[in-house]
Amino acid sequence: MEQRVLLEAKNLVQEFPAKNRKKVHAVSNVDLTIYAGETLALVGESGCGKSTLGRTLMNLIPPVSGTITFEGVEITKLSKKEFAPYRKQMQLIFQDPYASLDPRMTVRDIIAEPLEIHKVYPDKESTTQKVKELLQQVGVPEEFIYRYPHQFSGGQRQRIGIARAIALNPKLIICDEPVSALDVSVQSQVLNLMKDLQKEFGLTYLFISHDLSVVKFMADRVAVMFLGKLCEIADTDSLYAKPLHPYTRFLLDAIPKADPRNRGRNKQLLQGEIPSPIDVPGGCRFHTRCPFATDRCKSEEPKMRQVEGHMVACHFAEDLAK
Amino acid sequence: MATFNNNSNNSAALSEELAGQIGESETLGVQLRRMAKKNKLAVFSAILLILLLLSAIFAPVLTPYDAVTGNTAERLQGPSFEHWLGTDEMGRDVLTRLLYGARISLAVGIVPTLVSLIIGVALGMTAGFLGGKVDYIIMRFADVMLAFPSLLLAMVIMYTLGDGVINIFLALALVGWASVARVVRSETISLKESEYVEAARSMGMNPVKIMFRHILPNCMPSLIVLFTLNIPSAILSESSLSFLGIGIQLPNSSWGLMVNMGRQFFNQAPWISLAPSVAIMLVVLSCNFLGDGLRDVLDPHLNNQ
Amino acid sequence: MEDLTLKIEHLCSGFFTERGYVPAVDDVSLEIPKGKVIGIVGESGCGKSMIARSIMGILKYPGKITKGSIKLDGRELVGLEESELRSIRGKDVSMIFQEPMTSLNPVVQVGKQVREALLLHENIDKEAAKDEVLKIFEQVGISEPLKRYRSYPHELSGGLRQRVMIAMAMICKPKLLIADEPTTALDVTIEAQILQLMRQLTRQTGMSVLMISHNLGVIAELCDEVYVMYAGKIVEQADVYELFDNCAHPYTKGLMGSIIDLDTKPERLPAIGGVVPNLLHLPKGCAFAPRCKYATERCRAERPELYDLGSGHLCRCFEKEGK
Repeated sequence: MEQRVLLEAKNLVQEFPAKNRKKVHAVSNVDLTIYAGETLALVGESGCGKSTLGRTLMNLIPPVSGTITFEGVEITKLSKKEFAPYRKQMQLIFQDPYASLDPRMTVRDIIAEPLEIHKVYPDKESTTQKVKELLQQVGVPEEFIYRYPHQFSGGQRQRIGIARAIALNPKLIICDEPVSALDVSVQSQVLNLMKDLQKEFGLTYLFISHDLSVVKFMADRVAVMFLGKLCEIADTDSLYAKPLHPYTRFLLDAIPKADPRNRGRNKQLLQGEIPSPIDVPGGCRFHTRCPFATDRCKSEEPKMRQVEGHMVACHFAEDLAK
Repeated sequence: MATFNNNSNNSAALSEELAGQIGESETLGVQLRRMAKKNKLAVFSAILLILLLLSAIFAPVLTPYDAVTGNTAERLQGPSFEHWLGTDEMGRDVLTRLLYGARISLAVGIVPTLVSLIIGVALGMTAGFLGGKVDYIIMRFADVMLAFPSLLLAMVIMYTLGDGVINIFLALALVGWASVARVVRSETISLKESEYVEAARSMGMNPVKIMFRHILPNCMPSLIVLFTLNIPSAILSESSLSFLGIGIQLPNSSWGLMVNMGRQFFNQAPWISLAPSVAIMLVVLSCNFLGDGLRDVLDPHLNNQ
Repeated sequence: MEDLTLKIEHLCSGFFTERGYVPAVDDVSLEIPKGKVIGIVGESGCGKSMIARSIMGILKYPGKITKGSIKLDGRELVGLEESELRSIRGKDVSMIFQEPMTSLNPVVQVGKQVREALLLHENIDKEAAKDEVLKIFEQVGISEPLKRYRSYPHELSGGLRQRVMIAMAMICKPKLLIADEPTTALDVTIEAQILQLMRQLTRQTGMSVLMISHNLGVIAELCDEVYVMYAGKIVEQADVYELFDNCAHPYTKGLMGSIIDLDTKPERLPAIGGVVPNLLHLPKGCAFAPRCKYATERCRAERPELYDLGSGHLCRCFEKEGK
């Protein structure tokens, strides 16, 4: 695959104020590169900061520090006005198809909204025509154009959300758990659709998900996140075949397998709970839950480094590789 | 049993699931029709209010008598075929005065409520959307307004501005906006966090447009309910002010003023006071019933019960 | 004859709405033998949660049981007075929900809430009850039981809250535990912990469990026998191994196909086309026919029965008739 960098983030930090003058360390010193045309998955458990990272990357929440470069332009430096044309290039697909569509607007108005904001078409008719075209592309019958969101099932609503996201021909789409609210049978339909659209329009996805099976199907590369930090980035096949970070390994092990003969067998379970992002543990952030942790892990924070083709942040990645 | 103390929550989720299942379509029109079907009292109230409004507007056509000048020969007559609700101390037909009085009383109910609604929406939405210092200043101001007894505040304003219909409108509008602002602010804050507003922001929509396209329309149900529930309090306030003699002045008539005037003749001619009192009661009750009915169908939080 | 904890026969329950009767559960029969874990799997709106609520007797207006019988240890539950049901709920049958946060009272210490459940049903003094609670906290894997006893729900993580819910459900040693999507709101690593805990507890206590889930992975991890539901009806019923080895119904096959295998990487996922039917306007024939690629004229005109495929494997599909 051609490896043209679409978006590059360096040293990205995102924090929010919490009680007692403390801070929620949602994203800490993250470096991430997204290549044009790929699907990069961002995986982690709830509260690990993956959604915040996604929104920070598209500058929806400007970062506290660090830089984001989109197609060679440092968008974090731009003024609001200068940034406006880049807003069109990055769109968002939401998790909850019930909450992300305004209940008092028709499907036409919902999908036409981005087109109207950016004045893509001179008149109403051509906008409506485009909306019909988009509906057809996402597989919603165009005669439903004047219906309201509540008249659709979850899967159809998610299709409408997708139509809205691709309306402006963006280069990058950030998908925030796009199928986790859907039923399994519908989930497959939507995932297939997203793959088709990617091929058709040359889209780049940042696919945020907690579901490792879905990620396996969608992603070219996977970045695993734990408590505001990336712990492993690798090609999908290589990551699933040979996870180098202990957290990745536990995550993969924890997926319930649809095979009753394998139930609970030799499963290594991660004990304990996820630490709070307000009081992050010193050293390696994973050390409180990691069965392999040593004193070094408690004091020294591991750097991201290359091991066997993976980028991994663990002192003992080589040992785990064996 | 603690495990089940939240059944309502689960059954709400269940009904939601069900609504998705059967593709329930709930536009405003459908909701109103649903109310009409379920809540006969609300429908009856609405009809009564409309009839009253029409008869106030067409009062000159409906009654042969004059509201201001009376026939002193017919003073203090009881209800009869000529004078359905009797006559007052100056020989004026009580029903006629009631109809003309309805013009002012209903106007006092509707106009200031509408004005306070507009002020409240503007301030509440700004406070909720911008947050921070703006929010703090607007809301503390609203708190001060709410901490003052509203009737007292209206009286103070009336004393400062002087009598007159316009001043009553002003006084009542200034009293009413604070509670509206509070409701709108809290709705704005929750709507601001909703994913569709975030979606609009991610598309590059500007904040003012977001307020008018996404936030205001979704506040509408609460505003309609608030409107119907605030009308009675405005009517009552006007009645109280007029009763105290600082509201509507003679020879104009409002229901509150009529109650006040009839007070002196209560022993001889109770109908002079009773007729407007009953009218006030009917309007206030109708507005409340209609408001409750509307709330039941429009408020999504109560929708599942 | 096996010893049955719960026997449901021909249960019909649904909602009476303004648009007509919605048959959420239609002629469902189900048996839960003692000490077994029975799973119901299906997508949202298929009626699986309605079955749970029918058993508990917590159907809210306009929901109602219209037909059938539910026998708990031989005792008929349908038609019982509310007061009698209350004495059964939480004692003989208890339930855990998907979202533990909404099922716990936010202003009462969790230990007290669990104790409350015990005091309600057992003749026991407060001190002894507290000891019981601490014991069960330990049993469900809550570390530092005494400290957690005094915690408020918001101070606990999702996983711990679910453990508290399980403790509350288990404290009166119920005959039957109903778990309605108990791990859906949890993260994978926590989900794995809770599943392991439930497996342990069922083995230790010998209670029966009715496990409701949309996730075949969770079902495979825990259940002995599985019922697959679609549009209010049971479409397939089999022993868990039999189901995962030779599922028979096209819908079950579709569900199985939607599971993403971690070892292969297909270009496209096999998906079931179309959408779940509207329960108010169910098709005349088999409810799954509009989405089924094997559907024939007969499937569209007539409703299939549950056909016995031998050794307790039942399937509602004409294709299996007489086999």
